[in-house]
Amino acid sequence: MIDIKSLLVIAISAMLTENFVLSRFMGICPFLGVSKKTSTAVGMGMAVTFVMTLAGIATWLIQHYILVQFHLEYMKTIVFIFVIAALVQFVEMALQRFSPALYTALGIYLPLITTNCAVLGAVLLAIDTYNYNLIETIVFNMFAAIGFTIAIILLSGVRERLEEAKIPSFMQGLPIVMISAALISIAFLGFQGLSF
Amino acid sequence: MNIFTKGLIKENPVLVLTLGMCASLATTTSVINGIGMGLSTTVVLICSNAVIAALRKIIPSKVRIASYIVVIAAFVTIVEMLINAFLPSLASSLGVFIPLIVVNCIILARAEAFASKNSIFASVLDGAGMGIGFTLALVLIASVREIIGVGTWCGFKIMSSGYQPATAFILPAGAFLTFGIILAVKNLIESGKEKKND
Repeated sequence: MIDIKSLLVIAISAMLTENFVLSRFMGICPFLGVSKKTSTAVGMGMAVTFVMTLAGIATWLIQHYILVQFHLEYMKTIVFIFVIAALVQFVEMALQRFSPALYTALGIYLPLITTNCAVLGAVLLAIDTYNYNLIETIVFNMFAAIGFTIAIILLSGVRERLEEAKIPSFMQGLPIVMISAALISIAFLGFQGLSF
Repeated sequence: MNIFTKGLIKENPVLVLTLGMCASLATTTSVINGIGMGLSTTVVLICSNAVIAALRKIIPSKVRIASYIVVIAAFVTIVEMLINAFLPSLASSLGVFIPLIVVNCIILARAEAFASKNSIFASVLDGAGMGIGFTLALVLIASVREIIGVGTWCGFKIMSSGYQPATAFILPAGAFLTFGIILAVKNLIESGKEKKND
């Protein structure tokens, strides 16, 4: 029996109260690197959501049907990073073949995802720390990625405005972006009230 | 010697190259955690740089990134097992960030930019310099956050008893704020130096 309430709790906490970027600090590199424009931020968010959901399914199956069966749990870091890298390659080829439009939209972001620690972090948390079952893992990964997408789109909106603002020269570039991220993170603290 | 010292300040991986941000923001809630993370990364960096430099003529360039990741992941697994065995309290406070050393961009960046082109000895020096530079940056960020947010440094009380700790600095928002301000101060110092030179 699938417990809807616990799935809802997992979804809300992965997306908002424990937002991956703003409270767990995973995926900071793409969060800062590809948030200059909203359009690229949306593309990156979609690509991450796609890969993270698939990675959750793939690594859960591998963990429970291969690593646990052969008592190889200590190999998980190596195996998971390899699975993610292979999956990204595979998704890239599949998209190129079956959906050229989506490929041109997401293409350049896909290779970057291999080194996005949110993907490896999410699968390790779901499988190792929280010990979720398959459905919970899928929900956790998908909503964590949606939380990442929300955060990166919010930051890109702020950055588009910042382009026209007068900023002291020593604050230009990364410093002001970090401080904007801090303010967004404070806003997300408000969601703590939702935690169960 | 220059190879070693450039990682400390001039090419500091966190403050100048802004690599490895996830780890440097997430694990700097206390100085002890910062040092633990910095040193674990340093060990992985030195070992992976040495192995990659040793294998640099064997690894085909087409699959080099995948090969680097396997080497790095192997050392991260070793470090993770050692920390779990000998420093369980550090293991529980760093949590998932120990296996995440694999995707720390500093290590892959040094493998690609330095170890794949230089001798083993030079690569070890480069790894040590970059690793210690990373640790220093973490200690700097963690010091600011721990002193303002808790009123202690490395667990010792340094603020007077009347000090009200600003807990926000231990929270995630404080990490972004501290790092932003440190970068701004660094820019300010650099622009001051340029003016002097003009």
